Amino acid sequence: MAIAFTLNGKSQSVDVSPDMPLLWVLRDTLNMTGTKFGCGMALCGACTVHINGEATRSCITPISSVAGKKVTTIEGLSADGSHPVQQAWMEEDVPQCGYCQSGQIMSAAALLAKKPNPTDADIDDAMTGNICRCGTYQRIRKAIHRAASMAGKAHSAA
Amino acid sequence: MASASVVNRREFLKTGAAGGAALVIGFHWSPSALADQAKEQEAKTPSPFDAWVRITPDNRVTLVLGKSEMGQGVYTSLPMILAEELCVDWKQVQVEQAPTNPKVYDLGTGGSGSVAGSWLPLRQAGAAAREMLIAAAAKKWEVGRDTCKAKDGFVVHGHPERTFRYGQLVADAAKLEIPDLHKVPLKNSDDFTIVGREVHRLDTADKSRGKAKFGIDSRIPGMLYAVIARCPVFEGKVGSFDATGAKAVPGVRAVFEIKTSGRGASTTGGVAVLADNSWAAIEGRKALDVKWDEGAAVQESSEELRKQFLDNAAQAAKNVLRTEGDADAVLASASKRVEAIYELPFAAHVCMEPMNCTVQIGPDSAEAWVPSQGPQWAQAVIAEAAKLPPEKVTVHTTLMGGGFGRRYQADFVMEAAQVAKISGKPVMVLWTREDDLQHDFYRPASYHKLQGALDQEGKLAAYKHFQTSTSIAAKWSEKGPDDPGLGEFGTGATVPYATPNLRIEYTLAHSSAPRAWWRSVEHSSSGYVMESFIDELAHASGQDPLAFRLKLIGDSRKIPQFGEGRQEYHPLDTARLKGVLQLAAQKSGWGRPIPKGQGQGIAGFYSFFSYAAAVAEVSASTSDFKVNRIVCAVDCGRAVNPNGVRAQVESAAIYALTATVKDAITVDRGRVVQANFHNYGMIRMKEAPSIEVHIVQSTEAPTGIGEPTVPVIAPAICNALYAATGKRLRRLPIRKEDLA
Repeated sequence: MAIAFTLNGKSQSVDVSPDMPLLWVLRDTLNMTGTKFGCGMALCGACTVHINGEATRSCITPISSVAGKKVTTIEGLSADGSHPVQQAWMEEDVPQCGYCQSGQIMSAAALLAKKPNPTDADIDDAMTGNICRCGTYQRIRKAIHRAASMAGKAHSAA
Repeated sequence: MASASVVNRREFLKTGAAGGAALVIGFHWSPSALADQAKEQEAKTPSPFDAWVRITPDNRVTLVLGKSEMGQGVYTSLPMILAEELCVDWKQVQVEQAPTNPKVYDLGTGGSGSVAGSWLPLRQAGAAAREMLIAAAAKKWEVGRDTCKAKDGFVVHGHPERTFRYGQLVADAAKLEIPDLHKVPLKNSDDFTIVGREVHRLDTADKSRGKAKFGIDSRIPGMLYAVIARCPVFEGKVGSFDATGAKAVPGVRAVFEIKTSGRGASTTGGVAVLADNSWAAIEGRKALDVKWDEGAAVQESSEELRKQFLDNAAQAAKNVLRTEGDADAVLASASKRVEAIYELPFAAHVCMEPMNCTVQIGPDSAEAWVPSQGPQWAQAVIAEAAKLPPEKVTVHTTLMGGGFGRRYQADFVMEAAQVAKISGKPVMVLWTREDDLQHDFYRPASYHKLQGALDQEGKLAAYKHFQTSTSIAAKWSEKGPDDPGLGEFGTGATVPYATPNLRIEYTLAHSSAPRAWWRSVEHSSSGYVMESFIDELAHASGQDPLAFRLKLIGDSRKIPQFGEGRQEYHPLDTARLKGVLQLAAQKSGWGRPIPKGQGQGIAGFYSFFSYAAAVAEVSASTSDFKVNRIVCAVDCGRAVNPNGVRAQVESAAIYALTATVKDAITVDRGRVVQANFHNYGMIRMKEAPSIEVHIVQSTEAPTGIGEPTVPVIAPAICNALYAATGKRLRRLPIRKEDLA
């Protein structure tokens, strides 16, 4: 049975097993490989996407639960990499291998949407579910603060 | 064209995206910084070229080189070196993976050797291209070449200045004879404008937008996804299996057995489940019913291995690696003697991108997409499985979501090739996290007994180190599993602390657990042991740990590296070791008053021809601890990209911190107990300390940086915990209970 949802702003329908996790629908059915597989148990955060704006681990999210909802992946966070978090990631030169960074960025973007000026403790809470084996945590923290300040400036200019 | 020896490959190399004529200079990558590899390469010389610089009429500069990008930044640092001599914007230089060729020396990517080994050959190739472009311009203008110079991708001449873009010159330059690369004039380092600059990575934009393609992102029309059920017991095999349940899972297309392969790829064999998508394959595997032939290793456990260690330690050592003076006699009569046992467990690599490989095998050729540190090995393995000559196998080396040594192995490549061969379909073999943790090639577990004697002046009268471990060499040696491969313990025996009586001993312990190179390899254990024990000696003699180290290191001198074939390469320079210790101490405020319940610890170590030191600062009670700050100092020769060097040091520090304070890989009934991040934890944001990196300004040739920080982190932390609590932690990983 087809399952319909909104993916990066567009209507999407897939005809797959209802218990297939969203991660694999994205990666293997839709060939959208920006969202990564890391553990399959919601332990590492590499698969993080937004569902109705909430940071969600797609590896344990059955596709049936997504029906009618709005899914945003790294590919849809911005059209051109201009999201403040992506900009800050570039300016702080965060990624090393880069594999976990889609998930890190999606978690960070969800945090900033809720808390435009997060404290270090807020960052700890929001980001501790995302593992980076290259150990880029220090740069991630700086980049989140930078993104907050960039977004703040853009807001006050507007 | 001087690169005449690459006849078959010339067309590939000549035609860039723009097509047409191009200036191509072939050269040999040199692992001269890496002693063991240099010998291997010499054996293959003269060989076809293994690296090229190609400049096309559209002004694009391409560096074709067999170096893989796993996060360490070589696709940024190597272009900088080439661009420096070529006088172009480094962002103009693209790296292209050299095609794998069984006839050339296997470059591989590891041993912290990419920048070290590329430094001279890339400069020479860049300078040769520059000189040829200048000569071509001078000829066109009919002026003396000394009146022309290279500048920002142009050759310029005269006043008012006239110019040619490099692209306009490549057709003419390609007709000139390539100068002798060993005699071509290199830039004076005072004139460097790129090397030494803080630059950002070239791949950050793609990696921030989900656009970077890793091996796991390979998509081939008609491909299937496969997972493999492997015997959980080391060296176990498939007994029998019933595929009925697996085949009933929607999307599963085939289920069949693959055989174990030999020493080269070292696969376990198993039952492959092929499906339309990864999830169906994973679900299909869950529904498989396999009876395993578990074999003899089912008797093995961490407790049994520890018993072997204790037995070995109780007996005379089987191998004496090094002996000077009479350490035993001095220890026996010493007035002040210190003895300590240190233990390290197996450790897993844990690349965030699980192992995977995509292979398509046709009747006459094969193609593969491999996230590999050793693509040439991958090529050989696929050729073996496909029953094709290696040159018929095209390997596309993809970006890697971490490597850390794990991706030097070709086990996952062999599996994919076997599955593709049997199924006749393009297939990706995908590993789950459980596969990754339970079928890794682990950093060896080891047990160390250290003894030291101090004389009246607080100097080191004797130093003795007995080690027993499951060596890597014993896993891979052609001589069989009893070969201890003593070269592996070089740094443990390269002791920078002056003593007249030294003895280094070793006894091999046996295990069926696969072992191989883990970030910093044996240095991770050697550094922990040596730098913890020196700290113990410092405290035993009532001296400041930094002052004690500096005193024992003593005068500036060069200490030959211990180990076969290593002596003539890069001896340990004690002045540079002291330099990093002093820099880390100074930047951390070593010796300042520290509040109760906190402590500072220091460690320094030499590995991969570089010097690293760290000062760790901790808070600790009898029930908990926290690492607050790590100040690192490194001397890796000239830092090509200081930003990249800092990133590698930050990364190595976190990697080592995980091994210091998180979980051990343990063995029960011949199988690895840990399965996923819930019981093999990683350092996360909340636990990540502040890390400061200080780089020694140096004009020495660049040396390794991906690994050398790893060995100093555990001892710096344990030494800091001792300073804070008086508890000496001699077993990794450290646990809160150890502080009670």
